[in-house]
Amino acid sequence: MDPVLEVVDATKEFGGVRALDGVSFALRPGEVHALVGENGAGKSTLIKVLTGVHRPDSGQLRHRGEPVVFTRPAQAQQAGISTIYQEVNLIPLMSVAGNLFLGREPRNRWGLVDRARMNEMAERVLAGYGIREDVRRPLGTLAVGAQQMVALARAVATDAHVVIMDEPTSSLEPREVETLFGVIEELHRRDIAIVYVSHRMDELYRICDRVTVLRDGKHVHTGPLAELPRIELVSMMLGREVGDIRAHGTTGFGEDHHAGREPVLRAEHLASGQRLRDVSLTVRPGEVVGLAGLLGSGRSETARAIVGALPLDSGTVLLGGKSLPRGDVAAAVRSGVALLAEDRKAEGIVPNLSVRENIVLAALPRLSRFGVVSRARQDRVVETFMRRLRIKASSPDQKVAELSGGNQQKVLLARWLCTEPKVLLLDEPTRGIDVGAKAEVQALVDELAKEGLAVLLISSEMEELVDGADRLVVLKDGAVVDELVGEQVTEGNVLAAIASGGERR
Amino acid sequence: MTAQMTAPPETPAKPRRELVASVLQRQGAAIALVVVVAVAWLAFPRFGSPDNLRDLALQSSFLAVIALGMTFVIITGGIDLSVGSLYALGGVLAAYGSQWGFLAALLLPLLVCGAIGLVNGLLVARTGMAPFIVTLASLLFARGLLLAITDEGSTTYQIAPGSAFLELGRGTVFGFGYPVFIAAALCLLGGLVLRRTRFGQSVFATGGAEQSALLMGVPVARTKIAVYTLSGVLSGFAGALTASYLQSGVTVIGVGTELDAISVVVIGGTLLTGGAGTVLGTVMGVGLRNVIQNIINQIGTLDSNYQSVVSGAFLLVVVVLQRSLVRRR
Repeated sequence: MDPVLEVVDATKEFGGVRALDGVSFALRPGEVHALVGENGAGKSTLIKVLTGVHRPDSGQLRHRGEPVVFTRPAQAQQAGISTIYQEVNLIPLMSVAGNLFLGREPRNRWGLVDRARMNEMAERVLAGYGIREDVRRPLGTLAVGAQQMVALARAVATDAHVVIMDEPTSSLEPREVETLFGVIEELHRRDIAIVYVSHRMDELYRICDRVTVLRDGKHVHTGPLAELPRIELVSMMLGREVGDIRAHGTTGFGEDHHAGREPVLRAEHLASGQRLRDVSLTVRPGEVVGLAGLLGSGRSETARAIVGALPLDSGTVLLGGKSLPRGDVAAAVRSGVALLAEDRKAEGIVPNLSVRENIVLAALPRLSRFGVVSRARQDRVVETFMRRLRIKASSPDQKVAELSGGNQQKVLLARWLCTEPKVLLLDEPTRGIDVGAKAEVQALVDELAKEGLAVLLISSEMEELVDGADRLVVLKDGAVVDELVGEQVTEGNVLAAIASGGERR
Repeated sequence: MTAQMTAPPETPAKPRRELVASVLQRQGAAIALVVVVAVAWLAFPRFGSPDNLRDLALQSSFLAVIALGMTFVIITGGIDLSVGSLYALGGVLAAYGSQWGFLAALLLPLLVCGAIGLVNGLLVARTGMAPFIVTLASLLFARGLLLAITDEGSTTYQIAPGSAFLELGRGTVFGFGYPVFIAAALCLLGGLVLRRTRFGQSVFATGGAEQSALLMGVPVARTKIAVYTLSGVLSGFAGALTASYLQSGVTVIGVGTELDAISVVVIGGTLLTGGAGTVLGTVMGVGLRNVIQNIINQIGTLDSNYQSVVSGAFLLVVVVLQRSLVRRR
C-alpha cells in the first residue's frame, strides 16, 4: 500500500542542535501508527514537520505520493491533515459551536453565519462524542476532557484523511479515553490514517497497528506492534540493551544500608489529576533515592508535588514527621526542602547576575539583618561553596551567563546548599552539561549524601540512576509500580518494571 | 478512583457570585445607563426635553463611531492609541478637502487616516511589535502632521457656507442630526459583521488565543491588519462628521479621545485582554459617559471635570470585575 503521508530523510536543526537527523516515516492509509520516544527524541519536531509548523532543513515531505511543501498549518489542514495537541488548542472564550466550526461556519444566502444551524449541527456532531453540553457556552467552561473531545471532533470533521494525535489521553478521564478509542475505531473503519503519540504502553498495544521509535533525533525502528515484546520496545526507547533482563529477576534480597534510620522525607499517596495517581516514597538521611520511569510517568510531578508547586488532590508530605502545608513552596523551603528544577534556564539561573548574587539569592534572608545584607558574611558563604563545589569562575563577580552549563548547575546547587536543606530534590541535574562536568556533579551528589543529606534523584539516564542511587522507585503512569533496593538496582530490573507495569508488585 | 465510576458528572452549577460578576461585567453599562437615565429624568426636568435628548444623541454619535473601531481592535487583543489624533486630522483634512467638493471632503480623511491605520496594522501584525508602541508612534505622527498642515494650528480651514458637505453633519430628520443616524447605521453594521461573519469570528479567535487561532488556520495577520485599518478609517470619518458639524477643521479636538474611546469600550463589557465583547455594549458605554456628563452640566454647580472622576471610578470597577472573571477561566 502506498503511504498517504511520508517523510523521507528529514533533518531539522535548531541553533546547532539536531532535533531530527535523517528521519524517514511513512504512514499507510487507514493504519493507527504509534510514534514513541523519550524526551528529545524528535517526536514533536516530526509532528510539526508533518503539519506545516516547521519546514525540514533537508529531506522531503510527500503527500499521497506527491512532494509537497507546507508553509503554514492552514495548508496542511486544507490538504486533509488534522492535528490535536496535548494542550487543547482552541479558543476558551468562544462558544463550543464557534470553536467547532471556526473558519467553515455554515452561512445563509446573504453570506452571514447561520448560528441556529451551526448550533444544531454542533449538537449533533458532539453527541457522537458523548458531549451533551450547551454548545452556546464558552468552550472554557467545559471540563478539559470535554474540550479535548471538541478538538478531536473539529480535527475529524474537516475532511481529514490523516489525524495526528499528540498525547490525546493525557488529560482525559478513563471514561473519556474509552470514547476516544471508540472514535479511533470509527476512523479506522473510514480508512483514515492516525499517528498516535503516547507514553502509555497499554494504550499503544490496544489500538496501534504499527510503531515507529525515535531516539535522539534518529529513527530506531518501525514495525508491527503486536509482535514486539513490551520490554524490547522500552529498551529501544531508552537505548539500552535488553540482554539478559529476564534472567536477572528479583530473587536476590537487596541490602539496605540505611534501613535503620528514620526517613526524613515521607510522601504518602500523592495524587494530582491524571498526571499523578498514587505516589508514596521515603528518603532517609544520607540516602540517594532514584526516581525511574518513562517520560510522562510523573517523575518531575512528584518532585514538584513534594515542594508544593503542584496542586494536590490528595496525599501528604511529611518532613521529619511533621506534615508540610499543601501548596506552600515557601514553607517547604523554610523547613529544609530544596528543588533543583529540570529547566535551569527558566526556573533558576538569573543569567545577568554574578556568581555571588546567584548563590546567595535564596539565602539572603539568613544573611541579612534588618534587611541589610552583610557583604562579609556573603563573601564567606560564596567562597566556601565555590571551593567546595569546585565552581570554575574567574571571580565571584563573573556573570553566570558566561559559565559553562556544568558550572551553572553547580551555582544552582550552591544556592540551595547554603539554605542548609535537609532534603535535596534533583530533577535531571546533569542534562545539557558535558561529560566531565557530569561526573563531577554526580560525585558531588554522592558526597553530599555521605554527609547526611537526603537526596531524591530524577534522571532519564538509566546509568546515572543505577550508579547513583541506593534505592530506586519506579513510576509508571503517575503511580509507583516497583521499588528496587541494593543489588536489585540494575538496568534490567528497571526496564522490566517499566515494561510489565505493576504485575510484579 | 471509585468516584469516577459513579454517574456522569453534572456540569457544576455556576456559583452565584460568579454569575453576578459575569452579568455585571457584560451588562453593567446597560444597567447603569438605565439607572442613570431614570434618575436624571426624575431629578432634572430639562433632561427629558427633546432639545437635550437630541443634543445628547448628537454628541454621542462622534465618539460612538471612533469607539466602534476601537471595539474591533480591543477584541483582537490590541489597542489603538492613534484614534484621537486621527480624529482631529480627519476633521482638518475634511475641511481642507471641502474646497474641491463633497467627495473630496469625505474621501481625503478616509484615505489618509485609513492609510495610517493600515500601517499600524502592518507593523503590529508583521513585525510583532506591541500595539501600544506602534499606535503611540502614529498618535504623535498624526498630531504632528496636523500641526504641520495648519501652521501649528494657526490656520483653521473653514468649510464654505453652502457647501454640500455641511449637510452631512448639520442636516436633521425629526430634529435628530444626520450623524446620529449614520453612527447608528454603522454600529448596526459593525455588530452584524462582528457577530455574523467569518471575519468577525476571526476577530474573536485572534484575541481569544492567538497561537490556537493560528493552528486552527485563522488568518491572524490579515485580521489584525483589517481591524487597525478599520479603526483608522472610522476615526477619520468621525473627524469628517465633526468638521461638517462645526463648519471647520478644529485642530484642538481629539486630545485624550483615545482614552475616552478605550474606556467606553471596556465599560461596555469588552475584555481588555481580548476575545470577548459586543458593539451594543460599546454603544451603552458611550451613552453612559455622555449622560453622566449631561447630568453634571445640568447640576451646573459641579465642575465638569467630575465627569472624568465618575467615568474613572466606573472603569475601575469594570476592570476589576473583568480581572476576576478572566482569572477564574
